[in-house]
Amino acid sequence: MSTASIGFAIAFYLAAAVFGAGLALRIALYGRTPAPLKIPTTPAPTTAAGVAFRMFREVAFFESLFKANLWLWGLGWLFHVSLALVILRHLRYFTEPVWGWVAFVQPFGIYAGLAMVAGLAGLWLRRVVLERIRYISTPSDHLILALLILIGISGLMMKFVSHTDIVAVKAFFLGLMRFDWQPLPSDGPLYVHLSLVVVLLVVFPFSKLLHAPGIFFSPTRNQVDNPREARHLAAWAARLEKN
Amino acid sequence: MAAKIEAPALREYPTVPTLAPGAMAESKPYVANEKMQEALGFPGQLVDDWQEKALGRMSELLANYRSLRVYMDACVHCGACTDKCHYFIGTQDPKNMPVARQELMRSVYRRYFSVAGRLMPQLVGARDLTKEVLDEWYNYFNQCSECRRCSVFCPYGIDTAEVTMAAKEILDCVGYGQKYSNEIIGKVHRIGNNLGLPGPALEDTLLGLEEDVKEDTGVDVRFPLDEAGAEVLLVTPSADFFAEPHVDSLVGYAKVFHQAGIRWTLSSKASEAGNFGMFIGNYDQLRKIALRIREAALELGVKRIVVGECGHAWRVAYSFWNTLTGIGAGADDPFAVMLQKQLDHRYKQPSHICEVTWDLIQRGALSLDKEANDHRIITFHDSCNVARGSRMGDSAGGQFEIPRAIIRSVANKYVDMAPDTTHEKTFCCGGGGGLLTDELMELRVKGALPRMEALQQVVDNHGVNFMATICAICKAQFTKVLPYYGFKMGMVGGVHQLVSTAIQLGAKS
Repeated sequence: MSTASIGFAIAFYLAAAVFGAGLALRIALYGRTPAPLKIPTTPAPTTAAGVAFRMFREVAFFESLFKANLWLWGLGWLFHVSLALVILRHLRYFTEPVWGWVAFVQPFGIYAGLAMVAGLAGLWLRRVVLERIRYISTPSDHLILALLILIGISGLMMKFVSHTDIVAVKAFFLGLMRFDWQPLPSDGPLYVHLSLVVVLLVVFPFSKLLHAPGIFFSPTRNQVDNPREARHLAAWAARLEKN
Repeated sequence: MAAKIEAPALREYPTVPTLAPGAMAESKPYVANEKMQEALGFPGQLVDDWQEKALGRMSELLANYRSLRVYMDACVHCGACTDKCHYFIGTQDPKNMPVARQELMRSVYRRYFSVAGRLMPQLVGARDLTKEVLDEWYNYFNQCSECRRCSVFCPYGIDTAEVTMAAKEILDCVGYGQKYSNEIIGKVHRIGNNLGLPGPALEDTLLGLEEDVKEDTGVDVRFPLDEAGAEVLLVTPSADFFAEPHVDSLVGYAKVFHQAGIRWTLSSKASEAGNFGMFIGNYDQLRKIALRIREAALELGVKRIVVGECGHAWRVAYSFWNTLTGIGAGADDPFAVMLQKQLDHRYKQPSHICEVTWDLIQRGALSLDKEANDHRIITFHDSCNVARGSRMGDSAGGQFEIPRAIIRSVANKYVDMAPDTTHEKTFCCGGGGGLLTDELMELRVKGALPRMEALQQVVDNHGVNFMATICAICKAQFTKVLPYYGFKMGMVGGVHQLVSTAIQLGAKS
């Protein structure tokens, strides 16, 4: 087996570990940190079911963003939904036999790949062209967009420009999962694609990509508006009562 | 000084303003002096090891507040909030964009509390906490009224008010507090209310009001103070006792209680609904100020606690009182349990005065002559803390419906302002969050711009001549700022001022 294959195998194990552990630790930290006061942005749901529905609308349709700015909402939603489809399409590399619904989404995943790059390009253009968005952008904001776009383009190249031996790619990933390493095809676009995915996995728990778990812990969105009916008290605040 | 400040021109088609970096860099409120700081347990002046202390306090806040913890990480710089802040719209200073204001703290957070910021500060926009940065915090976090409009539009619900409160708390803890807010909190503890009106003066004022109303209506409407055994304890902003137009709403509350036959009282101990502990983000102060209400309620043996027209006070009362003091339900410390037993749970505890009045109107307990308000064409300014930090009634959005329902019951002519400027999208008056102080006049005038534009529209199209609101700060701010935009200061008033005009006292008592 080639050095590159071994390198990628080790990199993916490490990246998966950093991604998994980093994210788990962060989520545990968010979960552990108390929210001492009731601060839902009102009008807010008055029941837990209502909050679940609000969160669903927020995560699935970006409801607040929709209220804020239609262009931004359109581009952001296009990118995220496309990314979701692309990820689902990629499940075929990790399952044998491939689940029926994963087979079903395959063609949609291709269009989604194109839409994803288009959405990202739009978001980047916005970041560069609009004065106030340019003002708030840091170098890392541009780099993350570059990273995602390059992942998209290198992936699309393997579909539309120079095919990769995807059967071997699948064998490689199944091998990683079963601790039975298989060689990876030596292919430019594939190497680029996979290297960048490794970077993305490692960067995720240390960057603004934490917005993904963060939204679920946002008190303005996940709290029930019932302060008069039920007392809400954080542990550290409850200790003040003893004084 | 006032003459130099010019109101920005109203824009016919509001668009996103171009940036004017540094436009408000010099705007800052007076710093609290040693006496004011120490009265609240804060250091008298900037301590020598301020950097260490500031980062230490920041670390504690990150551990104690999930909002801050998550909001420091979650922002993606999407820009959804960039054009939503009234202070940005009015001043064009890019650091008044909510995301940029948050970045003042986030850049420091990254530098000291994140891996990326420790390793590659330039790449992720991380900064050392220098004295320049601390000064920038002081200036720009005192240009946020904590109105939460940005949090409506943020895809993650990031609430700049939470960041501003944390920043003010850190500044207080290193001895860099704001005079206006901290002086007021001192007065609440020392005298009982924000305006420093002592008990005897309050008594005098209330007697004077009884005479005024008698002269006006021929009816003996009482303004009771410290009357044990009353059914209702009314807690209202102290501005209601003598400021114009606030006092007209106090007269309105009194008339409502009078006609409904509800025995009520004010308290000299709790002669203030406002709670600036929220504005400075200090949980201890928030709690201490709130506990005065519980003590007063227990002493007076009241069955109901009702809050007058005050925006942030209602947020604190509705959203925080139960947490802080056990007013509401579910607390288990002895005083809270005592209070629970004492209160009448057929009513919401606490209730907003608008909930009380609307309930009475629905039950036909008030005799109202809508035509008495026919000289007014009315619009309603939703106050930010009521709109986005509280509720009234039984369902979400009651805080919008109930005040409007009252106005429609007491007046014939009512129009709403543009939908992008009302309900949860309402604009702050420009004076909330502890910024209602003269040295910030330029900020206050400019921050009122979006509301003034919306008002101009209904003035032009519908001849509106009265803007009702249910917040003492809104009333004080607009009274001061309206003239800068060519409006009469008397255009602003309370919802219960309208009730007061319409109520027919002879009819039902």
